[in-house]
Amino acid sequence: MAKEYENRELILPTKNMALAMGPSHPAMHGIVRVNAKLDGEIVVEGSVDIGYLHRGFEKSVENHTWNQGIIYTDRLNYVSAMMNNVGYCLAVEKLLDIELPPRGTFLRVIMSELSRVADHLTCVAAQVMETGAMTAFLYAMKAREYVWEIVEMACGARVTTNWTRVGGLMADVPGDFVDAVRERIPLVRDVIDELDKLVTKNRIFGDRYRDVGVMTKDEAIAWGFTGPCIRASGIPFDVRRDTPYLNYDAFDFEIPVGTNGDVFDRYLVRMFEMEQSILIVEQALAKLPDGPVSVDNKMVTLPEKADVYGSIEGLINQFKLIMDGHGIQVPPGEIYQAVEAANGELGFYIISTGGDTPYKCRCRPPSFALTAALEKMITGQMIADVIPIFGSVNMIGGELDR
Amino acid sequence: MTNEELQIKFKERFPDFAESCIIDKGHIVAEIPLEHMELTLTTLKDDSEFDFKMYMDFTVVDWMERKPRFDLVYHLYSVEKNHRIRIKVGITESQSAPTMSGLWPVADWHEREMFDLYGVKFSGHPNLKRILLYDSFKGHPLRKDYPVTKRQPRIESTFPTRDSQYQEKDLKIHRGD
Repeated sequence: MAKEYENRELILPTKNMALAMGPSHPAMHGIVRVNAKLDGEIVVEGSVDIGYLHRGFEKSVENHTWNQGIIYTDRLNYVSAMMNNVGYCLAVEKLLDIELPPRGTFLRVIMSELSRVADHLTCVAAQVMETGAMTAFLYAMKAREYVWEIVEMACGARVTTNWTRVGGLMADVPGDFVDAVRERIPLVRDVIDELDKLVTKNRIFGDRYRDVGVMTKDEAIAWGFTGPCIRASGIPFDVRRDTPYLNYDAFDFEIPVGTNGDVFDRYLVRMFEMEQSILIVEQALAKLPDGPVSVDNKMVTLPEKADVYGSIEGLINQFKLIMDGHGIQVPPGEIYQAVEAANGELGFYIISTGGDTPYKCRCRPPSFALTAALEKMITGQMIADVIPIFGSVNMIGGELDR
Repeated sequence: MTNEELQIKFKERFPDFAESCIIDKGHIVAEIPLEHMELTLTTLKDDSEFDFKMYMDFTVVDWMERKPRFDLVYHLYSVEKNHRIRIKVGITESQSAPTMSGLWPVADWHEREMFDLYGVKFSGHPNLKRILLYDSFKGHPLRKDYPVTKRQPRIESTFPTRDSQYQEKDLKIHRGD
């Protein structure tokens, strides 16, 4: 009987099943579709459809003035918008050949690192929530709220910050800013510790994350990985150290590196990076100098409001910088400026042909390369593993589709 | 490797394009004709002196009046040696560029994106179709001659009079070019 059954199983006709996850699926944060071809529970072929959040970032920036482009960068990676602001402004400032006063640079570093903490918290939280940890998610959201309170203090908004300007910042931070940051750092640290206790040594997550979605060193390089994902594969590549910008070379920080390149390593790298970011913030707060936050250059920086309403020169200056066709005049040239955003290298390739609008503004989104490799990572894995793999690359729709 | 050393190496290795290799704002830039592109990029990747194993970014620039019209712009990076290079390749509308997806797998998506937004064709690409926009989209939006305000709704409205875009056209609201 048993033998008969075996034979019958051999000739039992089975065929692969096509399964489309997304574009709106509860476990796919962001809108993206994974088309998986399944043999039982194994993904034999996977492809990813993107573009559901395409809104023409480049075309919009090309048709606005230099400062108006900043608001479009907010919407790239909307969890850590300040880093995108900083990247774009650094690129334009390089074209203009101007350098920020020290206080502006320090504040940019502080806010970039706090944004990185918020972004990593979100990524880790979403990743563990999708594998069942609602508690850990809510704890992490609590800590993100502490960070966003600081962001709100600096610029008035929590998510779409629009905080930097070409040649400086929107405004200086309020007087109690430093104390507020110092007050919240231990609270954030406590939550990171709690998160660590809940997840890192938890058998459930260990089993689900280890040896899943592995990318070796060579594969990670070939697929253009950057950020926490390439570091999880064992390559200590960090734009902050390898191509320094702002004044990152003045700070003492370490680059956590994984060994296996699996989902668990990506999780761990993010957890360690948060601590490093907080260390940078503490160093920067200790050294934060006084002085202006924007360059003293009337061709770039808007005048003080008292000047605008109190003197004709100030009024004309404001008019010249705001009116269509006047504005900041950037000399012709091209620049590629990379910053280490939360997901990896965020590059802005900007071409100016002179005048008050960019001729071209290409954004190199870190998520794009990571999502391109998703097809490779999910092929051969179980269908249930697609979710942690997807969570670990931290795809952000705003930045992926632009 | 510093930029100056890399520039000397590049000039030694590729004497034909030596004069186009300059340092611009801390970046090495080199222009290469389309017919030598495939060989040059392969050498840049495989030669251990250059070691450009990472395909960092790829984009196209549309220079409307210029001939050739487009520039393909590659940003390559070496993780091992920590140096970068920008390669520019001129291409006309009718020409097609060789695909780089065999050398760097991530180039597959980058090239699809540029095909989608600029209409530049890549010969030998395994899956050259639109990636960000939908398949029935007409035109290539990042070309300079594509109007900013042009709309292509994917689903036609059943009630055209209620649709704001039709109202705008009727009321002749000027939204700039």
